[in-house]
Amino acid sequence: MATDTLNPRSWLYPTPRGLYCEPGDFYVDPAVAVARAVITHGHGDHARPGHRAALATPETLAIMRARFEDMPNTTQQPLAYGETVRLGEVEVRLAPAGHILGSAQAVLAFKGQRIVVSGDFKRRPDPTCPPFEPVPCDVFITEATFALPVFHHPSDAGEIGKLLRSIATFPERTHLVGVYALGKCQRVIKLLRAAGYDRRIWLHGSLLSLCKLYQDYGVDLGDVAPVSDAILETFKGAIVLCPPSAMADRWSRRFADPVAALCSGWMGVRARARQRGAELPLVISDHADWPELTQTLKDVGAPKVWVTHGREEALVHYARSIGIDAEALHLAGREDEGA
Amino acid sequence: MQAFAQLLDSLSFEAARNAKLRLIETYLRAAPDPDRGWALAALTGGLDFPTAKPALLRGFGQDKIGPELFALSYDYVGDLAETLALIWEINPAAGPPPSLGEVIETLQRATKTQTPAILKRWLDALDSTGRWALLKLLTGALRVGVSARLAKQAAANVGSQPVDAVEEIWHGLSPPYRPLFDWLLHGAPRPQSNAGGAFLPPMLANPIDRAELDTLDPAHFRAEWKWDGIRVQVAASGGVRRLYSRAGEDVSAAFPDIVEAIDFEGVFDGELLVRREEAVASFNDLQQRLNRKSVTTRMLKEHPAHVRLYDVLWLEGRDLRALGFDERRARLEAWMAEKPRPRFDLSPLVPFRDWAYLTEMREEARSDGVEGMMLKRGDSPYLAGRPKGPWFKWKRDPMLADCVLMYAQRGHGKRSSFYSDFTFGCWREVEGKRELAPVGKAYFGFTDEELRWLDKWVRDHTTDRFGPVREVTQELVLEVAFDGIARSSRHKSGLALRFPRIHRIRRDKPAAEADTIDNLLQLLP
Repeated sequence: MATDTLNPRSWLYPTPRGLYCEPGDFYVDPAVAVARAVITHGHGDHARPGHRAALATPETLAIMRARFEDMPNTTQQPLAYGETVRLGEVEVRLAPAGHILGSAQAVLAFKGQRIVVSGDFKRRPDPTCPPFEPVPCDVFITEATFALPVFHHPSDAGEIGKLLRSIATFPERTHLVGVYALGKCQRVIKLLRAAGYDRRIWLHGSLLSLCKLYQDYGVDLGDVAPVSDAILETFKGAIVLCPPSAMADRWSRRFADPVAALCSGWMGVRARARQRGAELPLVISDHADWPELTQTLKDVGAPKVWVTHGREEALVHYARSIGIDAEALHLAGREDEGA
Repeated sequence: MQAFAQLLDSLSFEAARNAKLRLIETYLRAAPDPDRGWALAALTGGLDFPTAKPALLRGFGQDKIGPELFALSYDYVGDLAETLALIWEINPAAGPPPSLGEVIETLQRATKTQTPAILKRWLDALDSTGRWALLKLLTGALRVGVSARLAKQAAANVGSQPVDAVEEIWHGLSPPYRPLFDWLLHGAPRPQSNAGGAFLPPMLANPIDRAELDTLDPAHFRAEWKWDGIRVQVAASGGVRRLYSRAGEDVSAAFPDIVEAIDFEGVFDGELLVRREEAVASFNDLQQRLNRKSVTTRMLKEHPAHVRLYDVLWLEGRDLRALGFDERRARLEAWMAEKPRPRFDLSPLVPFRDWAYLTEMREEARSDGVEGMMLKRGDSPYLAGRPKGPWFKWKRDPMLADCVLMYAQRGHGKRSSFYSDFTFGCWREVEGKRELAPVGKAYFGFTDEELRWLDKWVRDHTTDRFGPVREVTQELVLEVAFDGIARSSRHKSGLALRFPRIHRIRRDKPAAEADTIDNLLQLLP
């Protein structure tokens, strides 16, 4: 696999526009519109509009079309998981990242050297996408959103249990659940269904189009309906999903004494949960926690690790302590929130 | 322990009183004995075991993940007990998690050297919420926003009893309160309060204004000053001497000067004040003495406490509560006249013939620790709670200041989508520049309609955001009402308002014409 003479930084390096692959002449998840982009997944800090050409999984391209008015001016190149394509002198393959529908790791090979840009990922099962595939490589680029030993995300079922217990304790109150529109929303619905909750789940208007898209890709969400369709509904004891921003918005005033639940990995830390105004914090995250991050470094076995967006310091410290040549990689345009 | 941990976790995020009650009630019904009793003791501050020192927890954390990662973790989380709870991992070999009863009974027996090993075993067996609750319990700081009174209210609710019925016997009970729950949940007879120094639920007054006074016959009423202190009950019997807050909280430990001066038996109602020579000090002075587990000699000397008595409930082994006020008052005066009683004096009656005269008296008494008048029917028995009719509090008109809105914060529960907590300031000059210094924060006083208007105004005039707080343009004048003002080194403006609330929104007034800090300083007593 490895060639000792080739410096990986010579062919893949950060620029102000994003991570650039020189022999392939493309960017991975660039922060601005570029000529050619490889997109790992559909979240706004990775997928941006206006590229002249974009390569991604068919699901990710569908998500981008839904978000960016169909992208008529972008040449779209779908690449299914496992297939390989050549861009310039570089071979590109997409491997499942287990983050959201369509999420992928970009596996880049050049002159016998392999770099994996993992994008965002998690290791626990997610009913809306295939699981993360560890790909052996020379350089592994990892996210570090929850890279501190304090982040041990509890079991999803346990967190959903908290929500159901709160509904049992406060059957007259609306449970307003703040979720990110892409990924978290659909996963939470699936988790509720798996826990046996078969009542109608109400949705804020901004969540509708992506739920529809998931359903088109075969993700069965059960009985869901937009809040705006309900004329006489009191929403007592109901579960209503909305983006976190809507909870503090005037929109939420129609509900009966709502309980503000928020689903995010940050909810594990009390001060963060309070700061976000959560009354029922649920630790449900689409990002790897500390045990998953550290296990992944061992699974991919890369001698070099580049750590990006988040708490790089702790993960770099850990990686070095187990003999990995690790360093922080600062990329433009990455966001910390919504995880 | 896990169920109790979940209760604490839910309580720590719930701000609404009724929801907190529901959570505690649900737990008390479902939990087995003696766990529910220990839980009630934890919530009412009734537990006593040696607390774990921060150094022990820090050492545990550093051993677990190394000093560098522990430092980064602690720095991020900001709370030592929580950091340790989060970094620890459950160990499947550790066996089942301990029950709350097991935790508390073990800690009460364990010696200092045994504690670390026991603690490690429990941390291995509990999940992260369980570990957090355990460490909070151990460091002696639950901080879940539950008062002892609220916890007792929840216990009373599960047995469909009034909280005063629980309060009356409370100080004769000890954790884990088996007889209490046998009574509340299983129909056993109500436990007797056989210990000395029991708290008797106090009688409270309803507010009244000048216009309503004219509907009452002055001849039926007695008037007293309403002192600006803390309502307390002095209870001494069977060799036990205690000082209670109005809510039944035992505050004896913070006021050893008062407790030592109790050389009698009986139950008295009065006002706790800080008094120097003859003068009553400001409420701010009294505040220095509150909420302390122990008190320094210097504090005792510089802020001497004093109780001004105005009623007697028990005397010489007799319950006097069924007697009329005049009758009780005569006994109280006779008892005070028996001999000098240091640290106690009598709150004098204010003689009057008509309401007009009393109105004048009330206006003149702007200072001297008086915040208004109390009016009590001469024939009123001493009734627990807040009965309508016999007692009234007639507060002095509030002081007013025009302040400028500076920050707004979202409220909780029903108000979680409203900017309903307002921080306001007054003008001052610093190095030749005029700027606003915050003087207080208020979250009531306005109508629902005004709240909607304020919320919209805040959203439309936001200049910056800090988490749930918005900074706004400095142009909206709020007329703020407050009951008192004192110097304070803890506030940037150097003064603190007592009980501030939004009185009016002054949309008509330009912000530049709002009050200055100097204006406020002139109101100082």
